[in-house]
Amino acid sequence: MRNFRIFTAMALIVILMSAAPAAVMALDDKLVIVTSYPKDLTGAFKTAFEAAHPGITVEILQKKTSAAVKYIQETAQGNTSDLMWASAPDAFEVLKADGLLAKYSPQAPGIPEKIGSYPINDPDGYYIGFAGSGYGIMWNTRYLKRKKIPVPREWEDLKAAVYHDHVGMSAPSRSGTTHLTVETVLQGEGWNKGWALWKEMAGNFKMVTERSFGVPEGVNSGDFGIGIVIDFFGFSSQATGFPVEFVYPTVTTLVPANIAMIKNAPHPTAAQTFIEFLLSVEGQELLLDPAIRRLPVNPATYAKAPKEFPNPFTDKSIGAAVKFDVQLSKDRYNIVNSLFDVMITYRRADLAEAMKAIHAADAALAGKSNAQAQALVDEARALIAAMPITDADAKDDKFPGVFTSDVFKKRKKANAKVPPRQAEIEEQWDSFAKQNYAAAKAKAEQAKDML
Amino acid sequence: MAFSEYRKHPGQTLVMFLIALFLLVFLVIPVVKVIFVAFMDATTGEFTLVNFKDFFSTALFRESFWNSLYVGVMAVIVASLFSMPLAYFTSRFEFRGAVIIQSLGIIPLIMPPFVGAVAMMMLFGRNGSVNLLLEDWLGINIPFMEGLNGVIFVESLHYFPFILINLSAALHNIDRSMEESAQNLGCSGMRLFRRIVLPLSMPGYMAGASLVFLKVFDDLGTPLLLNVNNMLAPQAYLRIASIGIKDPMGYVISVILVIIALSSMWMAMRMLKGKEYATVQKGGGGLAKRRMRPWETVMAWVIILLIMTLVLAPHIGLTLLSFGTIWSFSIIPDGFTLNHFAAIFAETPEYMTNTVLYSAIAATIDVILGTAIAYLALRSKLIGRQWLDYTAMAAVAIPGLVIGIGYLRTFYSIQVPWMENQPLATWWIAIVIALSIRRLPYALRACTAALQQISVSLEESAENLGAGKFATIRKIVIPLMGGGILAGFVTSFATAAVELGMTLMLVSKNSDGPLAYGIYVYMQSAAGRGPGAALGIMAVVVVGLCTLISHIIIDRRQKKFGLGQAS
Repeated sequence: MRNFRIFTAMALIVILMSAAPAAVMALDDKLVIVTSYPKDLTGAFKTAFEAAHPGITVEILQKKTSAAVKYIQETAQGNTSDLMWASAPDAFEVLKADGLLAKYSPQAPGIPEKIGSYPINDPDGYYIGFAGSGYGIMWNTRYLKRKKIPVPREWEDLKAAVYHDHVGMSAPSRSGTTHLTVETVLQGEGWNKGWALWKEMAGNFKMVTERSFGVPEGVNSGDFGIGIVIDFFGFSSQATGFPVEFVYPTVTTLVPANIAMIKNAPHPTAAQTFIEFLLSVEGQELLLDPAIRRLPVNPATYAKAPKEFPNPFTDKSIGAAVKFDVQLSKDRYNIVNSLFDVMITYRRADLAEAMKAIHAADAALAGKSNAQAQALVDEARALIAAMPITDADAKDDKFPGVFTSDVFKKRKKANAKVPPRQAEIEEQWDSFAKQNYAAAKAKAEQAKDML
Repeated sequence: MAFSEYRKHPGQTLVMFLIALFLLVFLVIPVVKVIFVAFMDATTGEFTLVNFKDFFSTALFRESFWNSLYVGVMAVIVASLFSMPLAYFTSRFEFRGAVIIQSLGIIPLIMPPFVGAVAMMMLFGRNGSVNLLLEDWLGINIPFMEGLNGVIFVESLHYFPFILINLSAALHNIDRSMEESAQNLGCSGMRLFRRIVLPLSMPGYMAGASLVFLKVFDDLGTPLLLNVNNMLAPQAYLRIASIGIKDPMGYVISVILVIIALSSMWMAMRMLKGKEYATVQKGGGGLAKRRMRPWETVMAWVIILLIMTLVLAPHIGLTLLSFGTIWSFSIIPDGFTLNHFAAIFAETPEYMTNTVLYSAIAATIDVILGTAIAYLALRSKLIGRQWLDYTAMAAVAIPGLVIGIGYLRTFYSIQVPWMENQPLATWWIAIVIALSIRRLPYALRACTAALQQISVSLEESAENLGAGKFATIRKIVIPLMGGGILAGFVTSFATAAVELGMTLMLVSKNSDGPLAYGIYVYMQSAAGRGPGAALGIMAVVVVGLCTLISHIIIDRRQKKFGLGQAS
């Protein structure tokens, strides 16, 4: 009997709860936005938009970017979301490739074609940039002061032994903007030099975080002193009051953060109104809010910005050093992610040990001349830098079906050559990296023993 | 026997059928819809086992596999070290601290995601309060939170209540006459403990220990937040979340997690097999308690305070975070404020009500199902009863993310007619059902352990006296299982309140989100750390209060049945 009573009570609750919201809904007075943005940003826009357009209620659906993409894919049949609002252009590329976005050309005046060297809107018209952001270096001032570490300004600086175990970064496969940073350095320095730089920097990493927000969080807490982060993480942490600072290195790319209308959006008019609002003078000025701090795409907005605020449209040193090749980035997107994960994310400990040994040998060599030991250290560095594949081979289409095969699409030809599986390729790269790091460590130790 | 059993017990058969249907629809089908990829050739789409070969030939996966096993076993050992003294003191002695221990014991389970880890970092991290103090005083730095040891440290602090609750319940249920007979035969002290008390409490301990192992083995949050990648669960998650459906390895790892989970359950069961744990007498309740000598009391308090400080450290850190202004690279926050609490009460009170509602319904479903499954598995002879048990337990090893995706895939096309034809998957009830599936194993293990300790002869006497099966269950079995059911309810409720992985996938509008989701939303920005921590504190308080209330209710009911505990 008790159980029966509980069931009745539960059934009552269920009926009451389900009946309540049903009464309030009607057509196109609503807007559903799927976003990866924090409350600070979405809340400000929701309030301002609802005030400007009374009668439309904005419903915000916060998910991390990868979950948002998955959610839109899985719910495509009977879609209930109107807008996708997130930073990473590649998330929008995925949705666009799946045919899940609707075209829209914004009417708002005064917005240039490019920010830095990156086009603001999708050339095909599926997604629209509303703010720019670039990667850089953020540090905790208390941390650096206590540990007596100099302030880094350029990526190259982070190679130095003094930063060992003090740096944090997110993985490119986890965060689209991190991917762009990795790609920017690779394009700015070239494939081999770029990877060598990344690996020497990664030898100083304390961790590769799973979420991109894990990096500013670590720097803010003082768990590690220096983070490779997107600008607004640095600015908004500073605005919140954390003892942190941020700098753009010379080699960086400004990338637009985007918004797109989802195909078969249930409230298309409301969605378009929101996009226009976002690009309007009022909407763009909201981006200057200390808790948001993103670079507006409308150059006129900077007139209202605080004095320290960087302006990429006048300060050409930001994001202009590299001419970013979007096509190249796209062509090797999966390979770069996979290489970074295999060689750096999952082998961070091995890499850090090897680099520590090299730093120790360097220190022992300082001021002495020992050609043999120097040669060993150079060999060790070369082993760290070595790549399992060349620039020319690093194209997704050189590995047909490995990174892009779709299990739901069956191959037509029965006798088609079966490509290797991703796990097989990655295992080869992994053992390559592992052996090289171990060998590099051995050589560096050998060099040190000679001195 | 065989099928005639079904005909002989139509009631049991019906219950079994309903439960099997529930598990099939809400667990098996959604999960199969996702993990079949593990058995599929990525190019041809045919059935294959080659993906498993890839798993074992990849050094990284082998390493992850051993790391996960190592962490699981070590966490069980450390968690046992925390819980055994606490359980022993409370059930063996007339001890004032008993109530505190029992209530505080549950609190670690209510460790809200994200903020909990941040709080631990602030205290025990490389530059956390403890290490900053140690550096100032002694010039040393202890890596509490680094690598696998960090995972073991955090996990055993987090999950030891599973052992504490189940072990306490078991100790409570030991028949005093067993102990007395042993004493009459001249046994005492350690020998009595080793030969009588310990073996008799084994079902409870094993239930707890196997849960700890399972949870640690497939826990995702802790390794991810400590950025330990080379374990199985994070590998599965990282592969599913980044490479997605195209790559089978994530699902292969999920399958391996399920297999390990089930075999560890099976091993735990094998170890208990062939032994009799049931006791006939219930009224006497628990071991004889005696007063501690003064020095013993002092010792006990020292040990308890030591363990409690460690165990409550995350919550102390959380409290500091929620009242602190800026806390960065310093021993305590720069200043204190009430603004974070003001912010959450002004902005998002619905997170709290949602959490209580969702977790309460889910935990209720869990104890009903748990009791029914335990009863069928232990008391009936129906064919397939063990499979019910195994299937329900398998849920423990399935990553929340897999359940989330599976639900979207299975229930998105089903519409709820009275909700404007909204898809079932995005209705909040889907979150509740998914929560109940995810937490069913906890309730089930607790209920099974409780039932194992009840002698069948009690039911047989009731039936001899003319009571029907249903009356027997209602008047004898369920009241006697009370403690176990409560333990199951509490663990399910408390852990459901802080579940994140699946919630993140299924929440379809912010106003439907529970606390864990709210915390996630806050914790994505620098300004949100304070409010996020405040929400975390609210989670602890709300769940703590509900736990206390359910304790009181069950206690009162037991007294009514004349089962009041002697203490």
